[in-house]
Amino acid sequence: MWRDHLTEIIVFSVLFLLVSAMGFVAARWRRPQDMAHLDEWGLGGRSFGGWITWFLVGGDLYTAYTFVAVPALIFGAGAAGFFAVPYTIVIYPLVFLVLCRLWSVSHRHGFVTPADFVRNRFGSPVLALLVAITGIVATMPYIALQLVGIEAVLKTMGVTGDSALARHLPIIIAFAILAAYTYQSGLRAPALIAFVKDSLIYVVILVAVIYLPYKLGGWGSIFDAADAKFQATPAPGDGILLNANNQLQYVTLAFGSALALFLYPHSITGVLASRNRDVIKRNMSALPAYSLLLGLIALLGYMAIAANVKPLPGAKAGSVDGNTVVPLLFDQQFPDWFAGVAYAAIGIGALVPAAIMSIAAANLFTRNIYKEYLKRDATPAQEANVSKITSLVVKVGAVACIVFLDPQFSIDLQLIGGVIILQTLPAVALGLYTRWFHRGALIAGWVAGMGLGMWMLYQIGNPATGKKHFAGSAFPLSEFGFDTKKTIYVGIVAVLVNLVVAALGTLVLRAAKVADGPDGTTPDDYFADEGTPRATSADRAASAPEPVA
Amino acid sequence: MDAPEPEAPDTARSRAKDKSPWNWLLLIPIVVPLIPAFFNADSPRLFGFPRFYWLQLAWILLGVGTTTLVYRMTRKRGEH
Repeated sequence: MWRDHLTEIIVFSVLFLLVSAMGFVAARWRRPQDMAHLDEWGLGGRSFGGWITWFLVGGDLYTAYTFVAVPALIFGAGAAGFFAVPYTIVIYPLVFLVLCRLWSVSHRHGFVTPADFVRNRFGSPVLALLVAITGIVATMPYIALQLVGIEAVLKTMGVTGDSALARHLPIIIAFAILAAYTYQSGLRAPALIAFVKDSLIYVVILVAVIYLPYKLGGWGSIFDAADAKFQATPAPGDGILLNANNQLQYVTLAFGSALALFLYPHSITGVLASRNRDVIKRNMSALPAYSLLLGLIALLGYMAIAANVKPLPGAKAGSVDGNTVVPLLFDQQFPDWFAGVAYAAIGIGALVPAAIMSIAAANLFTRNIYKEYLKRDATPAQEANVSKITSLVVKVGAVACIVFLDPQFSIDLQLIGGVIILQTLPAVALGLYTRWFHRGALIAGWVAGMGLGMWMLYQIGNPATGKKHFAGSAFPLSEFGFDTKKTIYVGIVAVLVNLVVAALGTLVLRAAKVADGPDGTTPDDYFADEGTPRATSADRAASAPEPVA
Repeated sequence: MDAPEPEAPDTARSRAKDKSPWNWLLLIPIVVPLIPAFFNADSPRLFGFPRFYWLQLAWILLGVGTTTLVYRMTRKRGEH
């Protein structure tokens, strides 16, 4: 009953409204000369310094869903869920140099999206369209999942109803407010809100990791309780350590997810909004502070085991909603007012990434579909306007996903999202280093990687839940004919095949002398820093002669 | 923290390449956290944390240390 949670609901609502007001005020924050430009609305004027970038990118990558789902995974499966920690460690050294190159070339040429870069680098609108569509498709379910995070909190507070509309009304209102201030303030809104969101999360987690072990008998007994639970279950894959069969999956999932993270359009949006290369490099050293936070949050899953938390029932009869374990733990262990603060941290935590993701998806549509195929001579003001409207459409789509479809569908799609966004790696990430690949071969590699990835995901079932397809990303190697029980992350296999096809295809197309696209960038573009002027059309003509019509 | 220096756009600096032998150090925090043999064990425990957990959390420091070192050593300004 919601009446038992009145204090929590009041604290949650007050903080939520405060943040919404900040979202509207953000339009005046660091006010630009002219907001009617995609650089301003969609990239915050490309002017964010170290601190803002740290809060913005941190709030962007470590989403509310992560904060709810990772401990849920640890609660259910144990050590395998801790992959999020190595994942978010290896990412930063991995992209330390890559993102600087992307920032520089985007700064020189005014690129707003990864597809803009691919279009220019490989002279191929088709490849750019594929990158843009991949990005939009991978981002949409991710936005919907942020709603799953908010919903887990609302459910714990007893804010539910019998009809689908009553149950979802609070989320629809929350997203309507979010949509309105994102429309008005663009990227400035999540940048400003991120300060509040991250401060709240840091406070809640610091209190949780000091206070809860004290109440639950210390860290040692928390891990022992988890161990005892997993020993008692019949499932072979769980435990507080990895076993012989899931180590390869653990490592490939961590590495594959790290490769995928900065290919997501919303990550790139956050990075391109920074002021110069130095801001990016310093942030690569400072962002792991969030990984520590994530590691500690993950362990909330074990605390929930030690505190005997029983997850609330799921949407289908007989199932449980694992995502409710962290909200329930807070409800059970904290005083009401502090549980309300914790819920607000999760709820607001959903708004920041949801706003950035919808902006990123809108930018992709505007730059790589609308401007490329619908209105070639669109002015910057028209671009900004189309992006603003598209961001609204994207959010309506995300809400519709949650209201009309089983939330499980969004979770499945997000799983697929990681695999498909990885297929843009050869064109976007390797493209920053080499122009060797042929545009036709990159398209062939994308098709091969996508096809294989989809087939592999389709084959994965889970006997425990009775799902036959798309039940996870751990592919049993025995399906390839190996005599083993080991599993591997689908995305890694798919992107390797993608690379092999792209490389072989390049050799074949070069041998057959098939025309390649012009490269619109110069080697110096990849090192340009703040203060370097935009490349002019004269520069471009000199470096990449257009084919004579 | 160093005192902020004036930001003068300087074409020579912008043309400087980011190649440096220091960059190879970045491989350490990419490879080490991905070797389960290092951390997949319960003992020794530290503050009650099994090795699996405290050592993987400690890799965060390895990552921060390495990226900070590489950043400091390859910084264009303040270079001799």
